[in-house]
Amino acid sequence: MVAPVVIVLAVLVLYPLGYGFYLSLTNANEANVARDIGAFHAPATYEMVGLDNYWSILSGADGDFYPRLTWTIVWTVSCVALHIAIGMGLALLLNRKMRAKLLYRALLILPWAVPAFVGVFAWRLMLNSQYGVFNEMITAVGLPAQNWLATPFAQKVAVIMVNVWIGVPFNMVALLGGLQSIPKELYEASEMDGASPWQRFVNVTLPGLRPVTNTVVLLGCIWTFNMFAVIYLLLGQNTTGEADILVTFAFRKAFTGVSDYSGAATYGIVILALLLAFSTFYRRRQLKTEQA
Amino acid sequence: MTSATTHSPATTGALAKTPARPRAKKVRGREERSTLASVALHGTLILASLVASFPVVWIVFISLGPKTAWQSPGEVLGNLSLDNYAKVLTDTDFPQWFGASVIVAGGTTLLGVFLAATAGYAVSRMRFPGHRQLMWSFLVTQMFPMAVLIVPLYELLARFDLIDNYLGLILTYATTAVPFCAWMMKGYFDTIPHEIDEAGRVDGLTPFGTFWRLIVPLAKPGLAVTAFYSFLTAWGEVAYASQFMGADHYTLAVGIRTFATESRADWAMMTAASVIILIPATLVFLVVQRNLVSGLTAGGTKS
Repeated sequence: MVAPVVIVLAVLVLYPLGYGFYLSLTNANEANVARDIGAFHAPATYEMVGLDNYWSILSGADGDFYPRLTWTIVWTVSCVALHIAIGMGLALLLNRKMRAKLLYRALLILPWAVPAFVGVFAWRLMLNSQYGVFNEMITAVGLPAQNWLATPFAQKVAVIMVNVWIGVPFNMVALLGGLQSIPKELYEASEMDGASPWQRFVNVTLPGLRPVTNTVVLLGCIWTFNMFAVIYLLLGQNTTGEADILVTFAFRKAFTGVSDYSGAATYGIVILALLLAFSTFYRRRQLKTEQA
Repeated sequence: MTSATTHSPATTGALAKTPARPRAKKVRGREERSTLASVALHGTLILASLVASFPVVWIVFISLGPKTAWQSPGEVLGNLSLDNYAKVLTDTDFPQWFGASVIVAGGTTLLGVFLAATAGYAVSRMRFPGHRQLMWSFLVTQMFPMAVLIVPLYELLARFDLIDNYLGLILTYATTAVPFCAWMMKGYFDTIPHEIDEAGRVDGLTPFGTFWRLIVPLAKPGLAVTAFYSFLTAWGEVAYASQFMGADHYTLAVGIRTFATESRADWAMMTAASVIILIPATLVFLVVQRNLVSGLTAGGTKS
C-alpha cells in the first residue's frame, strides 16, 4: 500500500535530485544547455567541471554565499523563535474556559487559510512607504515611519514580520493540541502540592509539550530555511539582494539574467546538506534527552 | 509524557517540605479568574485577533473603493461599489485562472489525500524492510529546496509532455504535500486501536478492505487536515506554477501577478482578485477547522 507514494516520490523527487546533483558538477547555463531554436536543435555543450562550483561557493570566492548564509540563519532563528513564543502564548490563553473562545480561535487561525501570495500582497499594500496604512499606524503610536520595502534593514524586519504573521497559526494549533493532550490530573496534583503557575508551566506544561515542540521546531526550521514566497513576492524586483536567503538567491541565479543552472543546483545541494546535517544533529540530541 | 511523570514526583518532594503558604483572601476554583485577569485575557486575545485579521479586512476594504482607494483610503466609505470585482471578472482572464486553480488544487487534494492516507496507514500498521527509513525520508523530502528541483523537474515533465499541463503541476504539488501529510496521517492512524484491524481480518476483509471500510471513516479528522493542507499547498504555490505553465493555463498565483508591472501595481484589481481567491480557501477552512486541532494533535504528538 506504500507503493504509490514510493513510486511518485522516487520519480519526482529522487530523479530530479540526482539530476540536480549532476548539474552541480557541470558548468551548465542558459547559453550551453540543449535547446531548440526554431526547427534547429542545438545539443548541449556544457561539460563536467568536477567540484569547481562547490569550491567557488564554499571558499567564499563568489562573495555571495557567506553573507546569504548568515542572513538565512538569522532569519530562520528569529522566525522560528517568534513562531513558537507567540504560538505558545496564544495557545496557553486559548486553552481555558472563556466566552467567545471559538470566535477567537477562528480569527487567530485565519492567516493560515490565506494563501501565502495573497497575504504577501496584502502586506505589500499596507507597507507601501508613501500611502501604506502601516506607517500611519506606527506613527500614530509615536514610532518613526520606515521605507519598509526599500532599505535593506527595514526589508529584513518586514519579511520577518510577514512570515511570523503567516506562520503563527500553524504553531498555535499544534501547541494547542499538545496542551489538550496533557492529562488534567498532573495539574491538579501539582496544584495540591502548592506549585505556583510558573512552576506548573515549567514542570508540567513544558515537559508535556515536548513531543509537539520537538516536531514543530524541526519542521519550522526546515520550512523557514526554505521559505520562498514571502521574500520573493514581498520584495519583488525592488530587492537590494540584501534580504535574499539562500533559496531565493539560488532561484534568482537560475531564472534571472543569463540562467546559471549549475550554480543554482550547487546552492540547492549545499542547502540540502546543511538541513540534513542540522536535522540529524537535532534528532540525535532529542533521542539523548529522551533517554536521559 | 514520560518526562512529565518523572518530573512531577521530584517537584512534589521539593515542595512538600515548604510550609503551606497563607491562602489568598478569596478562594477561587481552578477555572475561575478575577475580573482583572479576565480583562487582560480578553484584551490580549482581541488585540491578537485584530492583528491576525487586519490584513484581510484591509484588502476587502480597499477592494470596495474606487481605483485610487489605495492611495487615499478615506474615499472608500463614501464610494462603496463592486466595480473592481465586475472588472476583474469580465475584463480579464481571471475566470480562466480561477478554473485552472480549481482543477489543480482539486486534483492535488484528491491525489494527496489518497497517497498520504495509504502511505500513512502502511507505515502505521505494517512492518516491512525500510519501514523506519521511510518516515525519515518523508521528512528529508521537506528539505529539498525547490531551487535544485525545479530545473530537473522541468526537463522530466517535458519528456513526458507534461509541461503546461495540469497533471504535471498536480504531480509536482503532490510531492510537496504528501510527505508531510503521510507523516501526520501515520500519527493519526497510530491512535486508532489495532483491534479494529483484527476484527476486520476476522470478518474476512482484505487489508485494503479493512483500511477502506473501517479505518478511513474513523480517520476523518486527520483526512480533513490532510485535504486542507494539500489544497492550500496547490492554491497558493507560485514558483513551480510560474515556470511550468503557459499563459493559457496560468493559475491564480501566476495570473494575478500580471496586474502588477515592474514599477506599479494595479491595487484596485489586485485587491478584488485577492478577495475572490480568498473565498474558496476560507470555505475549505471553515469546513475542516473543527477537525484541525484534533487532526494535527494526533500527528504532532505521536510521530
